[in-house]
Amino acid sequence: MSEIELVSGPDAPGGELMAGVASVLGAPAAERRRSLRQLPQGLALRLYTAMARLRAFDERAVILQRQGTIGTYPPYYGEEAVQAASVLALDDRDWLFPTYRQNAVATLRGCPPESPLLLWRGNPAGWYDVHRYRTAPICVPVATNYPHAVGAAWGSRLRGESTVALAFGGDGSTSPGDFHEACNLAAVVVAPVIFLVTNNQWAISTPVQQQTKVTRLADKATAYGIPGVRVDSFDVFACYEAVAAAAARGRAGLGPTLIEAVGYRLGPHGTADEPSLYRDPERARLWAGMEPLGRAGAAMVDAGLTTLEALEEIRESAVAEMLLAGDQLEAVPVPELEEIADRVHLSTPWTLSPDHLREPSYPRAG
Amino acid sequence: MAELTYREAVRGALREEMLRDQRVILMGESITGYGGSYAVTKGLVEEFGPKRVMETPIAEAGIVGFAVGAAMGGLRPVAELMTVNFALLALDQIVNSAAKFHYMFGGQWSVPLVVRTVSGFGQLGPTHSQTFEGWFASVPGLKVVMPATPADAKGLLLAAIRDPDPVIFIEHSLLYSTKGQVPDDDGLEVPIGRAAVVREGDDITLVSYSRMLLQALHAAEVLEREDGVSCEVIDLRTLRPLDYPTMVRSVGRTHRLVVCGEDWRTGGFGASLLSELQDRSFDDLDAPIARVAMRDIPLPYSRRLEQVLIPGSQQIVDAVRRMS
Repeated sequence: MSEIELVSGPDAPGGELMAGVASVLGAPAAERRRSLRQLPQGLALRLYTAMARLRAFDERAVILQRQGTIGTYPPYYGEEAVQAASVLALDDRDWLFPTYRQNAVATLRGCPPESPLLLWRGNPAGWYDVHRYRTAPICVPVATNYPHAVGAAWGSRLRGESTVALAFGGDGSTSPGDFHEACNLAAVVVAPVIFLVTNNQWAISTPVQQQTKVTRLADKATAYGIPGVRVDSFDVFACYEAVAAAAARGRAGLGPTLIEAVGYRLGPHGTADEPSLYRDPERARLWAGMEPLGRAGAAMVDAGLTTLEALEEIRESAVAEMLLAGDQLEAVPVPELEEIADRVHLSTPWTLSPDHLREPSYPRAG
Repeated sequence: MAELTYREAVRGALREEMLRDQRVILMGESITGYGGSYAVTKGLVEEFGPKRVMETPIAEAGIVGFAVGAAMGGLRPVAELMTVNFALLALDQIVNSAAKFHYMFGGQWSVPLVVRTVSGFGQLGPTHSQTFEGWFASVPGLKVVMPATPADAKGLLLAAIRDPDPVIFIEHSLLYSTKGQVPDDDGLEVPIGRAAVVREGDDITLVSYSRMLLQALHAAEVLEREDGVSCEVIDLRTLRPLDYPTMVRSVGRTHRLVVCGEDWRTGGFGASLLSELQDRSFDDLDAPIARVAMRDIPLPYSRRLEQVLIPGSQQIVDAVRRMS
């Protein structure tokens, strides 16, 4: 296969897949500059900082995994725009329902980065405060978090709150029944929920073309009678607009929105994965230029919002923060069995008390 | 005390708790206009409105997942799954979400959720006549309740709704029209995790739950009358956590035990119970523990074959007679 064919392929950066997606950074230079200059004061830098911190966390986590300090880890390199935009476009009272891929989003709401890192070390100290950060425990079973978000959104509405819930997922997560059931249920009960599906074209090694015959995942929204919008997943400003609009819609009592953030999985599925075994590395290189942090930074400098030096400072500060967080992990004591045995139930009935279950199981008569 | 049917007792518990606690919401398929496939929720939507008694699409995983999210967000959802057979579609949400969140996040986020569902049979065919309580009872993080009487149905459902953990509450279709005395006291709970000695006896212990309690009580009468054998009958009421001490105490006096269930023999709930009891009570036992269970055959639609297969009092009587 020649390079020309690759570049012109439908799923290449400039190809059919990305055609028509909402994009701020993809606009002609003059328009792009105007858009960036019209952003609320400081927003671009806050988005950039959030992405830089997510990036530094992710890179540190991969190093810690290679060093054996944490276990198998799912990198999200390239998804920083989607995650940062989601958190910043929502209010801090809104609920986030992350999967493993968005394992560090709570750090954008003040959660110390040690927490999610300790999660990957299997340490109870990694249980971040879900209520304080309004961030649900990460869901590893694919698509299971969608109905949770619908229920939480509905519950908020029932209590007269104006919060919305946002559930993350990937292209592969649109196949299990939970996705369909959640979208359908949310539409029927008019729940203020956002389904944010990042179409990075790969579910481990399964390409999206083998996941669904729909080219645009957002089209699935039609079946539920809800809006489906498409946005450039590498464009933090476009993602921000899309999430903000969906949140406003939810708050106005208009129900759910499906957002398809279109892009490409720039990294492996997990630290135990090697994508070159099943996909063309050349294709990945084509997409690498879309990497959202550098792309946003270049546009911000171009629009005169900041300087290269200022951005470098932000990145360096984030790297230092995550280095420090990583250094804390080994000092946290490893858990004892009792710590987890006592947590199986919230109210432990006497018949499940540790004494009752002690081995040998029961004192024998005589 | 008032005489109520099992159905009225379940409905009464739902209604009382909805009046007492605004956080309690019901959701399920055909639970509003139709009142549920066994008419348990009849009248509740009229009283509490469609926001607290929610009609849902046919989507068991979605219903339970939704309820998990609602529970985590501070509500007390009671999700109805039309029958336990349909709970198979929601197993992932029950086992991997409801039963795990408390454990996996250090108890910060509990799931005070009740999944109400129904076991039973009666010419419903192989896919609609199954009993899966043993599966749920094997999962740490879940509590599993199977009441046999109207009083327990009401008291245990109140306890289940107030419990901070996920509870699988399994009713029995053949018990809905049975009647019994139910205490008038508003809000009187029956504690989860405690068995009841329903009939005292000296010679043999019959352990049962749900519909099989009625069969065990009938068998005990027959054995008393025809064989002069005195049976102690225990109603487990809760399958997880299981009240072993009550069983161990009873076997310590009677020295014989029959475990009675309706589920399949292989891997059924009684199998695990029996294994634990032979460990805890081995020195007290004068005979191997006997078990009454369903043969490993999916229930057929034929009424005659169904009656041949379903375990009942005769099988219990036979099991006791073989032991003596």
